[in-house]
Amino acid sequence: MQHLIILPVLLPLLTGLALLIHRGGALTLRRTTSVLATLALVVVGILLVAESTDGTIRYYALGDWQPPFGIILVLDRLSALMVMLTSLLALGSLLYACAGDDEQGSNFHGLFQLQLMGINGAFLTGDIFNLFVFFEVLLIASYALLMHGGGKARTHAGFHYVALNLLGSMLFLIALGVLYGTTGTLNMVDISMAIPTLSPADIGLVKAGALLLLIVFGLKAAMLPLYFWLPRAYAAAPAPVAALFAVMTKVGIYAIIRVYTLIFGEQAGPLANLAQPWVWWLGLVTLALGAVGVLSARDMRTQVAYLILISVGTLLAGIGMNSEAALSALLFYLIHTTLISGGLFLLVDAIAQQRGKAGARIVQSRTLTQPAMLGLLFFAGAIAMAGLPPLSGAFGKALLLQAASTAQQYWLWPILLTSGLATLVALSRTGSTIFWRASGEKTGATLGPLRAAGTLMLIGCAPLIVAFAGPITAFTQATAAQLLDRDAYVQAIIARGDTGGDA
Amino acid sequence: MEALFATTTGILAASGLYLALRGRTFPVVVGLTLLSYAVNLFLFSTGGLTTGKAAVISGDAGEYTDPLPQALVLTAIVIGFAMTAFSVILAMRVRGDVGSDHVNGNRIDEPREDKS
Repeated sequence: MQHLIILPVLLPLLTGLALLIHRGGALTLRRTTSVLATLALVVVGILLVAESTDGTIRYYALGDWQPPFGIILVLDRLSALMVMLTSLLALGSLLYACAGDDEQGSNFHGLFQLQLMGINGAFLTGDIFNLFVFFEVLLIASYALLMHGGGKARTHAGFHYVALNLLGSMLFLIALGVLYGTTGTLNMVDISMAIPTLSPADIGLVKAGALLLLIVFGLKAAMLPLYFWLPRAYAAAPAPVAALFAVMTKVGIYAIIRVYTLIFGEQAGPLANLAQPWVWWLGLVTLALGAVGVLSARDMRTQVAYLILISVGTLLAGIGMNSEAALSALLFYLIHTTLISGGLFLLVDAIAQQRGKAGARIVQSRTLTQPAMLGLLFFAGAIAMAGLPPLSGAFGKALLLQAASTAQQYWLWPILLTSGLATLVALSRTGSTIFWRASGEKTGATLGPLRAAGTLMLIGCAPLIVAFAGPITAFTQATAAQLLDRDAYVQAIIARGDTGGDA
Repeated sequence: MEALFATTTGILAASGLYLALRGRTFPVVVGLTLLSYAVNLFLFSTGGLTTGKAAVISGDAGEYTDPLPQALVLTAIVIGFAMTAFSVILAMRVRGDVGSDHVNGNRIDEPREDKS
């Protein structure tokens, strides 16, 4: 199955194009196509993870142009994991969307598939300019998806989001230009080989380029000074789109991990571990401010958006710790937080639909139609997000706390644990206002089977992650070890010589 | 030539940045466009500025200019055009939905007859 690597890009591309061409087709047909394609993507994701477990770094040379000259897709444990995670999240939010959200505007399914193509491509590519192209693909699809259904709040938040990301793309191009001008290559592994042999005159320039890249990825990941667009945009987006966007910030996290372990890792000479000190402090402050945001949010959607911010801060702090144990812990936490925060976006929308005029605002209102089921789901999601045992958040946080060195513990422990407490307080307040202080008749519609399936699938991952914590931790540990072993990438991609790649 | 090229890029970038920070959607869109021109010029120069050399492959040319930045610029131009078109439409949509062309949706300095 040598062509398996390119399937996560090709499959959504072709499905998306077909859906855009047959935009007037029967709704059931479009929904079935979209769900089937996403199901196929889940299968491909699982196969990729299975293939990557042997520790070989595989690559797919497009058009058989061998690296470092051709464009390649690289499959290692991290990219396989991210592709599978994306496909699972996409399946949940797509099921939810098929219950009616997709009818609010045109082309939902086509755009959704193109968005998946961009995300998967960004995870798989081994060429830094291609990373830019896939970023653009996923951004363009996300601009349209964010405004799906229209309305004042969405267009308004959308304009900010578009303008900021356009600026980000331009900085990305400048950084790429600097890197290409100094190293003469765009293949990530090849750049990492060129960095230690740079002439001293170029080092300052490359450093500027590398830190520009950090700004771009930080904007995508919602790092401290660059996160102000996130709460508004995510709160305004339609629920299934917001759920899928839970993985968008992780694209930024992924790019930071990839670039600053592979290119500017231990071997980079004077530029080694360039970003980690920045990311550590900015991550901690993002974490603290996210906790303040969760406490102050007056709308459930905004609250979940701030929960995303807390998870981003936690992940960034994990990157900043810069050790194998921390990388492994943050990957475990990443799996948990992506799925559960996606699920919470869906759940909050389901709750809002049963509350009549009150919607997602955290105020007293009438009783929900299905308080028991939604209440239990909310309880599970809140416990997982706050990081209380026995659900998945506790494991991820415990692993991270354990991975911190003594000097790092002084900062990480109080901030991470206090933010957990803030999450707990804020979510208990929300939950008691919505479920216990409600009065009046149940008049709203009940949750449809598709919506219930989507929400259950994502929130249900919390106990599943705990049940399979053993194999998952083993996988994330192997992933962290692989990420820090740069020579393995050089061996697999550049030095393989005429034995050729997979293609 | 380098000095002229660098100055042009710099002026374009500075004007673009200034306009992108303005409060109305139209200057923001124009600013983003100018910035993308500056970025394209910058990308073009990353392969080194040369004159009189073969652009791609020619049988008798001894030296070539670097063809890769040209390909990169082409990609960047295509994406930039699409994004400019999109942001113009979006700015008009914001004007229609929010009733103001201010990026924060302020209406203070809006002429009364335009409010409808």
